[in-house]
Amino acid sequence: MKDFIIPDRDFGTPAAKSKQMVTLNIDGFDITVPEGTSIMRAAAEIGISVPKLCATDSIDAFGSCRLCLVEIEGRNGTPASCTTPVAPGLKVHTQNAKLKQLRRGVMELYISDHPLDCLTCSANGDCELQDMAGAVGLRDVRYDAVDTHFRVKNTSGEANPNYIPRDDSNPYFSYDPQKCIVCSRCVRACEEVQGTFALTIEGRGFDSRVSFGAKTDTALSSDCVSCGACVQACPTATLQEKSVIEIGTPERSVITTCAYCGVGCSFKAEMRGDELVRMVPYKHGKANRGHSCVKGRFAYGYASHKDRILNPMIRDSINDPWQEVSWSEAMEFAANRMKGIQTKYGRQSVGVITSSRCTNEETYLVQKLTRAVFLNNNTDTCARVCHSPTGYGLGQTLGTSAGTQDFDSVEETDVVIVIGANPVSGHPVFASRLKKRLRKGAKLIVIDPRRTEMVESPHIKAAHHLALTPGTNVAIVTALAHVIVTEGLFDAAFIQDRCDWDEFQDYAEFVSQPHHAPEAVEMLTGVKAADVRAAARLFATGGNGSIYYGLGVTEHSQGSTTVIGIANLAMMTGNIGRPGVGVNPLRGQNNVQGSCDMGSFPHELPGYRHVKGEAVRDIFEKVWGVQIDPEPGLRIPNMLDAAVEGTFKGLYCQGEDILQSDPDTKHVAAGLAAMECVIVHDLFLNETANYAHVFFPGSTFLEKDGTFTNAERRINRVRKVMAPRNGYADWEVTQMFAQAMGANWNYTHPMQIMEEIALTTPSFAGVTYEKLETMGSIQWPCNEKAPEGTPLMHVDGFVRGKGKFINTEYVATDEKTGPRFPLLLTTGRILSQYNVGAQTRRTPNVAWHDQDVLEIHPHDAEVRGVKDGDFVRLASRSGDTTLRATITDRVNPGVVYTTFHHPDTQANVITTDFSDWATNCPEYKVTAVQVSPSNGPSEWQEEYAAQATKSRRIAAAE
Amino acid sequence: MSLNAVHEGPHAKLIYMANQIAKFMESKPHAEGVELLAAHINDFWEPRMRRHLFEVLDAGGTNLRPLVLDAAAKIKRPALAA
Repeated sequence: MKDFIIPDRDFGTPAAKSKQMVTLNIDGFDITVPEGTSIMRAAAEIGISVPKLCATDSIDAFGSCRLCLVEIEGRNGTPASCTTPVAPGLKVHTQNAKLKQLRRGVMELYISDHPLDCLTCSANGDCELQDMAGAVGLRDVRYDAVDTHFRVKNTSGEANPNYIPRDDSNPYFSYDPQKCIVCSRCVRACEEVQGTFALTIEGRGFDSRVSFGAKTDTALSSDCVSCGACVQACPTATLQEKSVIEIGTPERSVITTCAYCGVGCSFKAEMRGDELVRMVPYKHGKANRGHSCVKGRFAYGYASHKDRILNPMIRDSINDPWQEVSWSEAMEFAANRMKGIQTKYGRQSVGVITSSRCTNEETYLVQKLTRAVFLNNNTDTCARVCHSPTGYGLGQTLGTSAGTQDFDSVEETDVVIVIGANPVSGHPVFASRLKKRLRKGAKLIVIDPRRTEMVESPHIKAAHHLALTPGTNVAIVTALAHVIVTEGLFDAAFIQDRCDWDEFQDYAEFVSQPHHAPEAVEMLTGVKAADVRAAARLFATGGNGSIYYGLGVTEHSQGSTTVIGIANLAMMTGNIGRPGVGVNPLRGQNNVQGSCDMGSFPHELPGYRHVKGEAVRDIFEKVWGVQIDPEPGLRIPNMLDAAVEGTFKGLYCQGEDILQSDPDTKHVAAGLAAMECVIVHDLFLNETANYAHVFFPGSTFLEKDGTFTNAERRINRVRKVMAPRNGYADWEVTQMFAQAMGANWNYTHPMQIMEEIALTTPSFAGVTYEKLETMGSIQWPCNEKAPEGTPLMHVDGFVRGKGKFINTEYVATDEKTGPRFPLLLTTGRILSQYNVGAQTRRTPNVAWHDQDVLEIHPHDAEVRGVKDGDFVRLASRSGDTTLRATITDRVNPGVVYTTFHHPDTQANVITTDFSDWATNCPEYKVTAVQVSPSNGPSEWQEEYAAQATKSRRIAAAE
Repeated sequence: MSLNAVHEGPHAKLIYMANQIAKFMESKPHAEGVELLAAHINDFWEPRMRRHLFEVLDAGGTNLRPLVLDAAAKIKRPALAA
């Protein structure tokens, strides 16, 4: 019977996790299931679908619809199969005369208060109420309802007080109360799956209605974060995607991977012809387990936005308008320029930037372009500005630059430290999984200058919020270690077994010095010593301890030191190498892990192997047939410095907007302006393209095949669901350019690129498209030792052998406040927008966030005469900009905060070019600033807007 | 921008970066710090940057922290520009 179960079937209730097995008999078939399984699910596992309305396997059983009744021999009555657990030897009947009659009666009542407009209903063909009416054989409705919820007017022609009109306020879905059967699936999905608690049931009995909080709240004005969990859970047309209302139901679906953040959710792209009807989170996606956020679920409209550039363009000078040309003309123009530059200025005068938004295969080709065609190592990627310190810090301490766990691990954690990350905004689907665990009792420690949504939200409250002064991460992390070591809370057995004990002794001596004590650093960090001590004790003694961190850790001049400090904490408490623990960098972009793995850094060939290693170069030299430069190449900041200096002249930049995303915009602009050939390969004329000479139009993730690797090292397939609107997938464009440069590349499918990656890179040796097809996804390393991949790292020993403790001395940043710049600016992101906003700004997500605002504490606002909503001038030693202020105590006095999603705000005009000591990762998170009232845009903003407009002109076709 | 406020001169940024690495390595035993500082620069600084660093070192290493000076002998002098 199992053969008939299609993969996405709804089993009615969640799977039980017990190892104890129970055998029972359902309708004459024996079935063995884990203890705690519902009868409904047990029946579903042998292919018997008990009729149901209020049950779905993403949420706990509720037992309200009374449709799933069954009979059990020897028991009284007709219990609901969703809420009745299995027991040994039960004999269950799911269908007999009595049950049939009962179910028909229940359905009859439901239908008596439901409009019978099935043919024109937007859920026609996708409605469980319709299916169940069919399943129970409902042929007649005997009741003529007097009061209904669906008639606009009652039988006397007066307005029906029970009728609530449709709420269309959310840009992506509608709430139509007249179709509602009050099964509570939406309310429970909002609570259990998403953890936002925006929906509720108001009233009782016949008056029960689904409501977005208060009476006055609409879907948009409520706490709803538009994750889509309720829409997915709704069995009727009550909560439905507007795209389905407009287009109709999809006819097929393709499983692919979201192209937003590093969580890497799996989605079903549901299609009709080549039109995308909707994106639905894929239940068997191992990163997201059937959940999604507003970006992946709904914000894909940028793919068909009018701003998208579909034809290649060139120009002689950045002051000229763009000329649309054929692909071959663009390739010839670009190749001639790059060849000319190399002839004139030398081999090292050009380079590439790979994209963390493109696939592994595309990234691999771009770094190969510089190494095998330009013959230098001048390749870098946006990880430079986000997680390069993770690469360095975890590489040094543990031996490999990646998160140690899978996301499932969070289900077994007991104490979580979230430092320098706001997963609720940045990694929402992971945040939902974390919150689910916290609601079940795990403890939370948040280390963040700002009171983020993680600190306090419905049914979540951090045990400790260490609201430190920006720039003092190392002091706090070292103080935590000080407490653990001096109070003897470290795991000596683990350290002796897994690390070098003598090295730990040296480290313990270092960290025990009185100047690392919480009391000693209190004045620096602004965090009470008692809180630090309590947090350290909780982490060391509270059970499975895990650490999740983000860019608030890395984007500092001591970013790498903090990463090392985090690894020290995990090692000293024995929190590595099993489920529920570990060091977990939350990666920003969908494929930033992959772009690092693929050799995007100038000192490393794919698989994190330094270019100085002859044996490694040898592998690639044999496959590529070239000699590889043994010296490290230029990092992004070095490229810009060298450009200003006049030695770096040509850049191929794929899918990254360095002018908007990199620090010190003026310096980036000067560097780009000094180059003779800037090739931008992107979906849109981004900010960097204002300084470009060649534009290659890019393709979206819907238009190509490949793989993304998420923050848990999971390699997921990206599948083409429609033809590229620009004509070519990005890997094809890079290949055409390489061919124009004289390379003999002839890949016909990304699968062949993956074969080359597997051939040359040991951690990918076992990865094939075939295996991805059968397994769904693979976590690297995947090779002979781990043919099915590696969900948890460092299980029996560290990758580097013994774990290494490294001293983490606090060194204050040189970016200091003073009389002219008395406040500290720190930056972050918001749920609805993504990174520089190139994609999300071109979707209805702007309904939630249409401009960047400056958060400022009431005290700081008052002394400056700033009122809520006022335009303010934000100035640093680097530059100034203007934006609107919002007054909030989320930030401490002395700290201001903004996001960087909108190009006209130009937050990076403000940031300085201080950077991490080890990796040059910019110090985005600390800038000394002053805030003052303002009348409008700064001079820089006006000049910039004028230049951008001029630069974006496209000459009319003749 | 701001870096120039810390040091003056054409290689101000480079001196600053070398000193930043030195500050981290100073918390280690001296010999290890020297070794690791040189290794760090050899591994991550491209030849152009190392060439500039040697211009500073050869001119006496003004403003460089002592650990950088001590590590100089172990930093690879880049070959002439290709």
